Amino acid sequence: MKQEEARRIGATLTAARPQAIAALLRHFRDLDLAEEAFQEASLRALRTWPENGPPRDAAAWLIFVGRNIALDTVRRRARQAELPPEDVLSDALSDTGDAEAEIVERLDGAQYRDDVLRLLFICCHPDLPAAQQIALALRIVSGLSVRQIARAFLVSEAAMEQRITRAKARVARADVPFEAPGAVERAQRLGGVAAMLYLVFNEGYSAAGDTSAAREPLCEEAIRLARLLLRLFAAEPEIMGLAALMLLQHARARARFDAAGAVILLDRQDRRLWNRAMIAEGLALLDKALRHRRPGPYQVQAAIAALHARAPTPEATDWGEIDLLYGTLEIMQPSPVVTLNRAVAVSKLRGPEAALALVEPLGDKLSGYFHYHGLRGALLMQLGRTAEAREGFMAAIRLATTAAEAAHIRAHLDALK
Amino acid sequence: MFYALLCYHQEDVVCAWTREEDDAVMERLAVVHERLARAGKLGPAARLLPTTAATTLRKDQDPPLVLDGPFAETKEQLLGFYLLDCVDLQEALAIARELGVANPGGAYEVRPTSLFLDGGARG
Repeated sequence: MKQEEARRIGATLTAARPQAIAALLRHFRDLDLAEEAFQEASLRALRTWPENGPPRDAAAWLIFVGRNIALDTVRRRARQAELPPEDVLSDALSDTGDAEAEIVERLDGAQYRDDVLRLLFICCHPDLPAAQQIALALRIVSGLSVRQIARAFLVSEAAMEQRITRAKARVARADVPFEAPGAVERAQRLGGVAAMLYLVFNEGYSAAGDTSAAREPLCEEAIRLARLLLRLFAAEPEIMGLAALMLLQHARARARFDAAGAVILLDRQDRRLWNRAMIAEGLALLDKALRHRRPGPYQVQAAIAALHARAPTPEATDWGEIDLLYGTLEIMQPSPVVTLNRAVAVSKLRGPEAALALVEPLGDKLSGYFHYHGLRGALLMQLGRTAEAREGFMAAIRLATTAAEAAHIRAHLDALK
Repeated sequence: MFYALLCYHQEDVVCAWTREEDDAVMERLAVVHERLARAGKLGPAARLLPTTAATTLRKDQDPPLVLDGPFAETKEQLLGFYLLDCVDLQEALAIARELGVANPGGAYEVRPTSLFLDGGARG
């Protein structure tokens, strides 16, 4: 099979995954079974789609095929077991006759997002620590690889593998209720779901130019899920903030990479390529959120993104306000990455020396972080400390996870010569 | 006289369109819009942001109550509108049919207006 075709199918499978697994989970109430069935259906897709052409509705195809695969598994298990689990079997078998009709009806009604939401909430079971909830959801709902998830969390692959295995074991032991949770319980889980959605978004957003098209469905899925959450929780300012943040960032998608796939930084982007409808929606949601006077980290981050979106030129950016907002975020959600971002604003306001003073103490915590070394190198370069700047850029290149990131740093290194 | 054409569709379905699908619909509509504009039939028209961006002011109490979300929880949502200068219902329906071919799914409510103010604001 041609590599490009495999990539295209892979992207389609990634995009269809949350919907398909959620539907299979609803049918069979068994996470492992749903995942295995989806996996097997995906393999079949890779075998048959190149010959027959991809189906018009990939998700419907995967649900239908996956459902038959899972039914076979249930039947096999029932035969092997001493006492057949009749309730499960009859439950699963009772509605196979009109499976196709049901699938058509479901896709028509766009009911799948309720399935997806249910799946998200199950991944966010209160028995699971937050980090495990998020990792599990990223693995199961979004289908990210353990390596990708580890990268998003800045931990090793082995540690992440263990985290996900533990989370799965716990969900299996916990006898998770498959009914949708009540209003109060749901509201408690919103925070975890929101955080997880933002990570899903970021996985798509941080993709390099050459893979951004394949990963874009992640950003769009995250935005769609955020809109869905907002329809269910219409008066939650942090969900408005989350949706606004994602829209304002995704609005820049077309301006973020050049033709060769290299990153174009915010101040060099062609702002005419920014998606005005997304910006308008993001600003409207932020406007709505601020009316509630219940600030939170997503609203603050959306407000920062809004200041960039509102600036007609890079020079018109209100860096003073951005510095203040990052300061607020540092109090709400202390993190060395937030401080690193504030340092960018400080460098624009008060110059590279002041910014470097903020960046240097972060070395202990961020020594394995690409952007730390990239920014540090850039600040040192501005200060004319060429040798140290080169060291910083070299460290950044070693940590670059995409070709675009590496190319961007290499351009800086070339400028140093 | 002006007829309002209120565009209803399932918002989650429209939101699930890929960008390519959305672009294709807008391209087909643009052809009809241009013809209507040339014929002097097209008044102000708008595509609305998703209902999640909506805020509702309930003014049946004092002070009015401000609520998040659209006024009505309906299966299909108001996603846009046209004002069309038509001589009668028959003409308005003919245009609605034509727009419906370019943008299938959902429904158009054809509603004559009793007052139209061209306030002159240009967004």
